[in-house]
Amino acid sequence: MLSQTDISILEILSDDARTPVSALAVMTGLSEDEVKSAVERLERDRILLKYPAMINWDRVRDDRVQALIEVRVTPQRDEGFDAIAAKIYNFEEVKSVYLMSGAYDLLVIVEGTNIKQLALFVAEKLSTLEHVLSTATHFVLKKYKQDGVIMEKVPGDDRLAVS
Amino acid sequence: MDYGKLLCGRVAQVPPSGIRRFFDIVSEMRDVISLGVGEPDFTTPWRYSDAAIYSLRQGHTHYTSNRGLKELCRLACKYEARFGAGYDPAQEVLITVGASEGIDLALRTLLEPGDEVLVPDPSYVSYMPCVTFAGGVCVPVPTRAENGFVITPEMIRPLITPRTKALILPYPNNPTGGVMRRADMEPLADMLEETGIAVIADEIYAELNYTGEKHLSFAAIGNMKERTVTLNGFSKAFAMTGWRMGYACAPKPILDVMLRVHQYTIMCAPTLGQYAALEALKSGFETDFADVKRMVTQYDRRRRVIVDGLRRAGLPTHEPLGAFYAFPCVKGTGLSSNEFCLRLLEEQRVACVPGDAFGQGGEGYVRCSYASSMENIREAVRRIGIFMQKYR
Repeated sequence: MLSQTDISILEILSDDARTPVSALAVMTGLSEDEVKSAVERLERDRILLKYPAMINWDRVRDDRVQALIEVRVTPQRDEGFDAIAAKIYNFEEVKSVYLMSGAYDLLVIVEGTNIKQLALFVAEKLSTLEHVLSTATHFVLKKYKQDGVIMEKVPGDDRLAVS
Repeated sequence: MDYGKLLCGRVAQVPPSGIRRFFDIVSEMRDVISLGVGEPDFTTPWRYSDAAIYSLRQGHTHYTSNRGLKELCRLACKYEARFGAGYDPAQEVLITVGASEGIDLALRTLLEPGDEVLVPDPSYVSYMPCVTFAGGVCVPVPTRAENGFVITPEMIRPLITPRTKALILPYPNNPTGGVMRRADMEPLADMLEETGIAVIADEIYAELNYTGEKHLSFAAIGNMKERTVTLNGFSKAFAMTGWRMGYACAPKPILDVMLRVHQYTIMCAPTLGQYAALEALKSGFETDFADVKRMVTQYDRRRRVIVDGLRRAGLPTHEPLGAFYAFPCVKGTGLSSNEFCLRLLEEQRVACVPGDAFGQGGEGYVRCSYASSMENIREAVRRIGIFMQKYR
């Protein structure tokens, strides 16, 4: 069971993973040692997994391709969707795999250096997997907003400097 | 033309706000981190703006009733009930152009020429001028950091005269961050009970309360509702400053007269803004005010960081429990509030507002708004720390 301060730490880090322990301590009202041990515990429990930066790759290079693939599968006895999901997520090309409600079962997000490479991956690796019934591939053309962050330059602070 | 003769002396002699004076200096400078801003850094949640745009598409571009949209009045009363005071949406509420209009309406409704109004000092810059504009006389009530800048009966009693008409009670307080809790309000209510003094409770920062308890309206204490005008609005809690949307609640005999002043001077609050405010309350009740809570959580974290930073820099800072201002004491530097702010601005490019802009009682303090990004706040307190090395 997580405490309210655990959740505060997670919220603060999810917004800015660079927040130092000293600042986390001030913001949550804990001591620095308490913050350190909470963070260690959250890492150990695989709640706090990684501290990545969010990057607008579109502005770095234009040869990076992402696709969302809708995958319909036959769930397996005793293992449900987990075994087939594992077969899919082990490929390096696969960035995310989600079990979905609705018209298909798994949403697979793959990344590669060109459209052809991804198309071949789907054709040769994904759709040939046992228990995969069908796939539908959608290439990402432009990202407008990701994880709450608008990718384009947003207008600056237009408030009066003193009010 | 002799403008001296032309202008109304009483009005023309009111000086421009100290905030304005400082704004003129800051706006000439570049790369300044401003802790001088008295409004949320969050933009209005999109769904409120979207509702306003939709209202335009629907052709809702006409006057509303003087009082405001019926549904907005209903929800404003339902919202106000969360703070403990019950008001009748048909008779006891009025949608105003920001809480600011409410201040003006209440004073014009209550004051005869020469009536005295008790105002906590320091307080928001508009009360004293508005009292003057309404023909009244302002009587400052000095408050102190040692007791969290609250008002006590002992402070007020010696200031009461036969001309005392009203007390302005602006809590959570701008600029001090002071909050009046039930235990602070009850003795005040007991004392007022024996008088005919009205209370103008400006509770615009009601939601921005970090005591862990919900804000309690002064009108909810004992029989105080009968003498209280409660002012609130959407600017601070819902990040809607530019929309200029507020409301006033009061017993019918007071509200009727306020409504008359509003009717003849304003007609009605802008219809567009009323639709945005309506969405703010509607979605608020649907989501348990998730937008407000999200922003308050952020303010609280920033509050802790700024108070910690100011104290580490060597500035005694009482813990602000409301609004989004820290109010450190700068007396130890030997500088006046104004000198402190000017030097800090020149040397470290950090803008704060001198405490004396909020009344003489604010001298020796500066107002630091934490309605700014965490990044800005951290950098600002770092710079204040460097600045303070000379004065430790």
